[in-house]
Amino acid sequence: MNPPPMSFTTSPSVSWKSVDAVSDQFPAGLRVLVVDDDPTCLRILEKMLRNCLYEVTKCSRAEVALKLLRDNKDGFDVVISDVHMPDMDGFKLLEHIGLEMDLPVIMMSADDSKSVVMKGVTHGACDYLIKPVRMEALKNIWQHVVRKTKHEWKEKDLEHSGSVEDGERNQRPNEDVDYSSSANEGNWKSSKRRKDEDDEAEERDDTSTMKKPRVVWSSELHQQFVTAVNQLGIDKAVPKKILELMNVPGLTRENVASHLQKYRLYLRRLSGQHQNGLGNSFMGPTDASFGSISPLNGLDLQALAASGQISPHSLATIQVAPLNRPTTTKSPISVPSLDQRNIFSFENPKIRFLEGQQQHNNSSNNNQVNLLHGIPTNMDSKQLTTLHQSPQPYSNMNMHVHTQGIPSAVLARNGIENVRGPTSVVDFSRGQPGNSSFSLVGNSGISSLASKGTIQEGFNMETKGSRGFVPNYDVFSELNQNRSDDWGLHNVGSTLNPNVQGGLDVGPSVLVQPGFSSFKQKSALGNNTNIGQQLNSSLNDNSLRIKAERLPNMGFHQNGLFNDHFGQEDLMSALLKQQQEGLGSVETEFGFDGYNLDNLPV
Amino acid sequence: MEVDQLQRSFLEHSNALFHEGLLDDQFSQLQLLQDESNPDFVVEVVSLFFEDSERLLNDLTTALDEQNVEFKKIDAHVHQLKGSSSSIGAQRVKDTCIAFRNFCDEQNTEACLRCLQQVKQEYLLLKTKLETLFRLEQQIVAAGGATPMLDEFF
Repeated sequence: MNPPPMSFTTSPSVSWKSVDAVSDQFPAGLRVLVVDDDPTCLRILEKMLRNCLYEVTKCSRAEVALKLLRDNKDGFDVVISDVHMPDMDGFKLLEHIGLEMDLPVIMMSADDSKSVVMKGVTHGACDYLIKPVRMEALKNIWQHVVRKTKHEWKEKDLEHSGSVEDGERNQRPNEDVDYSSSANEGNWKSSKRRKDEDDEAEERDDTSTMKKPRVVWSSELHQQFVTAVNQLGIDKAVPKKILELMNVPGLTRENVASHLQKYRLYLRRLSGQHQNGLGNSFMGPTDASFGSISPLNGLDLQALAASGQISPHSLATIQVAPLNRPTTTKSPISVPSLDQRNIFSFENPKIRFLEGQQQHNNSSNNNQVNLLHGIPTNMDSKQLTTLHQSPQPYSNMNMHVHTQGIPSAVLARNGIENVRGPTSVVDFSRGQPGNSSFSLVGNSGISSLASKGTIQEGFNMETKGSRGFVPNYDVFSELNQNRSDDWGLHNVGSTLNPNVQGGLDVGPSVLVQPGFSSFKQKSALGNNTNIGQQLNSSLNDNSLRIKAERLPNMGFHQNGLFNDHFGQEDLMSALLKQQQEGLGSVETEFGFDGYNLDNLPV
Repeated sequence: MEVDQLQRSFLEHSNALFHEGLLDDQFSQLQLLQDESNPDFVVEVVSLFFEDSERLLNDLTTALDEQNVEFKKIDAHVHQLKGSSSSIGAQRVKDTCIAFRNFCDEQNTEACLRCLQQVKQEYLLLKTKLETLFRLEQQIVAAGGATPMLDEFF
């Protein structure tokens, strides 16, 4: 009664090899992740897939699925997800997966109305199955994995042979190679444009013989991407320049190009959902003007460096210090709870970065920015612990960051007791119900979320956050700029899982740096004031839809975050619920005593 | 009872279920999935369905009992029930769900209440009959026989 075992043979073409570990037994062993809140369907699907000799992992909640995917990058080949799920819309999950992991996703539903099927198409689903799903339909899902892989490989191949597929594909494949190779050299900044013949050749060989190892767009990577895009301006963001800014070793223009396409789709969708807050969380700042956060962070760090805090205590001091500082530039940023939140979250990362940078004065700062993005710096580690959902990712991140040279102070600020310790912040984001963006919000948003909760009960957190931030902004307006970008990235999925970290071992620091350095000195202190004012306006608009354009870098970030947060109101409320106790404790522990909203223009 | 007799009963019973439209081909698919490694697959899945359906039916009852009926919520529940019933081949339950959803769209409380009643009836009927079927199967297996395959009827 069972269907005959699959007897597909792996194509001898080398391009298949790198698809996944079991490509030789393709399609048997295909690693499928099934997500459906209906236990009956889930069980049936699991059995059917097992009968197809696929390796099945089943999951009844979208956020758990995302966590699984993030924790096991390259651990799955294809995802099958139901459309209607209580904790997260299937399409949102689809978008997250598409942007972060670039895995083929098959949607399914008992709903066969054209509009829903169309939605699947526009959101990038590889296929749409109507329930009840039959064996025959599942047997052939492997084609989507192959198709995706081959397509990517082909792009790469064509690119290197110099053919121009579309406007985005540059006519100079060499440049891509250059960027990659120069990045490999570690001195991304200076070698970015250097043509290294050897590396180039090597790169070409690799790319032409490689099956196009699927690029896993981790949250960090995506953040870097968004940072770069925002820096360039969404209209001017071409893959070549983005790649350049990102400066990720091994990343090619094709990778960026295809990711950019998806991102554009995502943004388009977002703009349509603007009313509901910025759609998916991770794309908070859609406006190019967001700028990159990294520079800002860098500046902040430097400023902080002056303060000379390195130890966790210092960090705390630093954190508090700015807060107590009279608003210099930002002055009265009347930040509606939302904004405050953003600021808060935004600030935290910034502060962290600053400190980190202080310590290391290297690109790792960028890393820190990215990595720590979303980690409420204001939160004590204890508090974070409270909110901590699963320290795992962060600890890894911290570790990684630490490697990069993130000062422990910075880490501590972020709620990381020590560089090596897992930070609750991380957990927070991770534990966030829903998608990564949520978690991002969690991290950066932990503070924001916390503030949200606080605000709801009383403004404590919010104001504190804003206050603290104001000074920071003054100092680090530029960083703010970059920050927004980071936020975007963070939103995408701030959970930094160990795997990602490991994978991007060289990456983070390198990646961050380019952006950071380039963004440095982006904005003057004056921006802060503007930001503050803008924040006010945005704040007044409690929709939290603060448009990036309107908001200063900082504002953007915050708003972006907020929007993300708000966009995911359900997530937030769920998060808030989760964090109720945690938030409470966080609030008190925040110690923003000196913080007052005076500075914030209301 | 002899195995033969049991098996005949079993076939008659399942046959009737299909002919009366309580079950459709999807149920046969489930039976096809059952194998040595999962000898109780059908019972397992149907049990999951029963659990889930009862929860949904309770939620629907509560929701329709509210002063201000939230049709969106009801529709979501019915959609889910529709999905799971179609997954196991509970045809009549599924069809009733489809009608139910239409009434939800129209925000017709009265009609929805009637549909809910109908769904409950269909569900209980199916449940009773399936339980009988499973009991027969157990007896067959206990008597040393094998469950007759239903696919011969399709």
